[in-house]
Amino acid sequence: MASRSLLTSEQAWVRYALTTFALLFLLVFLLVPLVSVFWEALSKGWELYAAALTEYEAWQAIKLTLIAAAISVPLNLVFGVAAAWAIARFEFRGKSLLTTLIDLPFSVSPVVAGLMYVLLFGSHGWLGNWLSAHDIQIIFAVPGIVLATVFVTFPFVARELIPLMQAQGQDEEQAAIVLGASGFAAFWHVTLPNIKWGLLYGVILTNARAMGEFGAVSVVSGHIRGETNTIPLHVEILYNEYNFVGAFACASILAMLALVTLAIKTVIEWRIERQHEASLVRTQQARAALV
Amino acid sequence: MSIEIRNIEKRFGNFTALDNVSLKVESGELLALLGPSGCGKTTLLRIIAGLEQPDAGQVLFSGADTTHTHVSERQVGFVFQHYALFRHMTVFDNVAFGLSVRPRKLRPSREEIRERVMKLLKMVQLDWLADAYPAQLSGGQRQRIALARSLAVEPSVLLLDEPFGALDAKVRKDLRRWLRDLHHQMHITSVFVTHDQEEALEVSDRVVVMDHGHIEQIGRPDDIYENPATPFVTRFLGDVNLFHGRVDGGHFTHGNFAHALDDGAQAASDSAVAYVRPHDLDISRLAGGALATGSIEHIHAVGPLVRIEVAPDSGDAIEVALSKDRYRELGLMLGDKVFVTPKKLSVFVGAQDYAI
Amino acid sequence: MTFLAKRYSVLPGFGVSLGYAIFWLGLIVLLPLAALILKSSELGWGPFWETVSAPRVVASLQLSFGTAALAALINCVMGFLVAWVLVRYRFPGKRFVDALVDLPFALPTAVAGIALTTIYAPNGWLGQYLEPLGLKVAFTPTGIVIALIFVSLPFVVRTVQPVLEDLEGELEEAATCLGADRWQIFRRVIFPATLPALMTGSAMAFARATGEFGSVIFIAGNIPLVSEIAPLIIISKLEQYDYLGATAVAVVMLMLSFSVLFAINLLQWWTSRRHGMK
Repeated sequence: MASRSLLTSEQAWVRYALTTFALLFLLVFLLVPLVSVFWEALSKGWELYAAALTEYEAWQAIKLTLIAAAISVPLNLVFGVAAAWAIARFEFRGKSLLTTLIDLPFSVSPVVAGLMYVLLFGSHGWLGNWLSAHDIQIIFAVPGIVLATVFVTFPFVARELIPLMQAQGQDEEQAAIVLGASGFAAFWHVTLPNIKWGLLYGVILTNARAMGEFGAVSVVSGHIRGETNTIPLHVEILYNEYNFVGAFACASILAMLALVTLAIKTVIEWRIERQHEASLVRTQQARAALV
Repeated sequence: MSIEIRNIEKRFGNFTALDNVSLKVESGELLALLGPSGCGKTTLLRIIAGLEQPDAGQVLFSGADTTHTHVSERQVGFVFQHYALFRHMTVFDNVAFGLSVRPRKLRPSREEIRERVMKLLKMVQLDWLADAYPAQLSGGQRQRIALARSLAVEPSVLLLDEPFGALDAKVRKDLRRWLRDLHHQMHITSVFVTHDQEEALEVSDRVVVMDHGHIEQIGRPDDIYENPATPFVTRFLGDVNLFHGRVDGGHFTHGNFAHALDDGAQAASDSAVAYVRPHDLDISRLAGGALATGSIEHIHAVGPLVRIEVAPDSGDAIEVALSKDRYRELGLMLGDKVFVTPKKLSVFVGAQDYAI
Repeated sequence: MTFLAKRYSVLPGFGVSLGYAIFWLGLIVLLPLAALILKSSELGWGPFWETVSAPRVVASLQLSFGTAALAALINCVMGFLVAWVLVRYRFPGKRFVDALVDLPFALPTAVAGIALTTIYAPNGWLGQYLEPLGLKVAFTPTGIVIALIFVSLPFVVRTVQPVLEDLEGELEEAATCLGADRWQIFRRVIFPATLPALMTGSAMAFARATGEFGSVIFIAGNIPLVSEIAPLIIISKLEQYDYLGATAVAVVMLMLSFSVLFAINLLQWWTSRRHGMK
């Protein structure tokens, strides 16, 4: 309901007071930290800012972050779609257990997640001897960073898709099958167009978290400058060395990433809303035609 | 308590929901607001309740102006189309709500509330569900609880928005009768909104037929059905056949058919439409007094009435409803050439086809 | 019917999609989790208890869970208020504010950490005004709470918001017709209807806050027994190659957050069973 009647709303002063209080809270707790990142990064001028970003180690960190995201996002995308297809399109025993397990990484501290991989793949870990015998390095190397990233972003795509696909139901896919489409064609031409915005939404969230993950990556990376440092880890190192401009300059890249993420997210939500409203109007028209 | 509505206007943006509507509801009456969706009937009900403010006009309860009285002080019981039960409260707490939110001074004691709620639940025959949650009830049960909840505050007016709209046909019929009986017992002034003409005609003392924000006709159900005032009402109340013709010198003519009009002296010659219900038509093998002629195209003989479709030489198919006896007597067969004669017709001068 | 056996469906791809999902789940989540639990069993009950009952560990667990609980409580109130204002009232820039609420989801925690530390440092934007009042934020448990409020705010807002949006206006109209005033309607109709979502959101905020590392590590100051959080204990034990000790602390944290997760599921199951219409 766009506008509520006066009847079911509060008096004006209550509305103003509550709105002001809520906005002040958001200003202090969300907006001020965001603005401060750019403020601090540019506090010593553009030249120092640019210099901090073009530094070799910063550049390496950006590259590694992009690589880690480029590998882990598609992996979780495929997993998310597969899991959503199985869970939202079929009835089977153990479904709710599977759903719960998919959510599990959300409730594991990132540091604990990192620790788990160290225990599994580290030199003292369960597979440590075998890995070193075959000259494979996972912990303190890129594969470890990717694994940790995959873990912390594991549920995002699946979580977006499962409720969406469950709500849409499977009538359309069944119709496609009845009309003679192959399973893949039904998925490609019917399912995918219906879930594309939800899918994009999940990917955007996955990407933001993948590029910004700190705790889990921190445990498995080993902090080797220029080699296994992602941007967030590089921010930490610079900050602890009191190189505040450098730290905030790198942080500002991540903050911009966050802003872009929020912008895309808002646009997607707007699209989904419009799609939803359009379908509502359609059903109303259909109903009106019946009366 | 009587309700009087004077010259009510209500607009939503460019859409006129109510256009100068006046109406009087007698004390103890059960009134139906009937009309297609978008005709303004629900808006009128919500204005009576005080859930909507009119742009102009007055609402009077027992002669006193209540236009600007807040809903919570109007003492109206309102039953919402989708019941609006509080799903986190038990059935008991739902019904008790209106009593328990009263200011301490006016609030009945705990035992008194309990007694009154249980009495109401007994009345709607659901006292065994007092501890259930709305989610555990069927549609018809929810409807009755919503009614009990609105009655708990002892309203002087009961307003129901599409009370049976969300129920399936069987339950709907039962509840209809039940509401009728309940009204007989309580004699509380009641107004209900419906788009179902059968429901309005069966349950109410009087029916108000509405369309496009104004009142088309007010009257007793049988009166409205027998003597519809406008083409719209005629078409809205049931199936009807249309015969285009002319009015001239107090007669309606359609081809060779002529019919003397009661209210005699019609003015100059004008086009007119005769509306005839299927059961007001008869079939004959003779041409005398025939309104139309054609061949029998379809016979549907299930149920107490036999429905026969006659295809005339030109124009739309004519639907005739005959009793089983009459049907056997005539010995009708598919393809027979027959004549259609009217037993009763309503003629509207200058009327065009009225699409619903 | 055996486990994972499915009901008949004309749609293909059940085996492939489920198989892949389970394989990937096993590889990424279950195998590492098993490694952790196996490792902790190496320790034996005595040493395990010794590790987790060391004063520094106990203090850090208390700090992590205590500050997380406080942050969740504050977000429970403020998150509800923000959701309420976003759903109910109109004001300029609403879309922007609505998008801003998700900032903590999108902004990397390390960035939030250094930004908050700088703001609340004694010479920072806000710290300079709080310092004379005797309020030290940065490098104290208060700072930890501030950081945790930041990271967990969206959980409450985003769980309460849709419930408030879906609340039928008719419910409030019905209550008004029955004579209830605004406050009674809020207290007896609106609030109880949103309570399950509010509790779920707060529990999620709490779960997230207990394990939070990136945003806290900068602002906490990390003083042993005072402002040293549990994840940091794990890291410092790892740096000393005390894998068993780190594992023991991790297992305690896991068990605590799993019980929160379990409580959330129980709550949702309970409310949907009782109030789920249709």
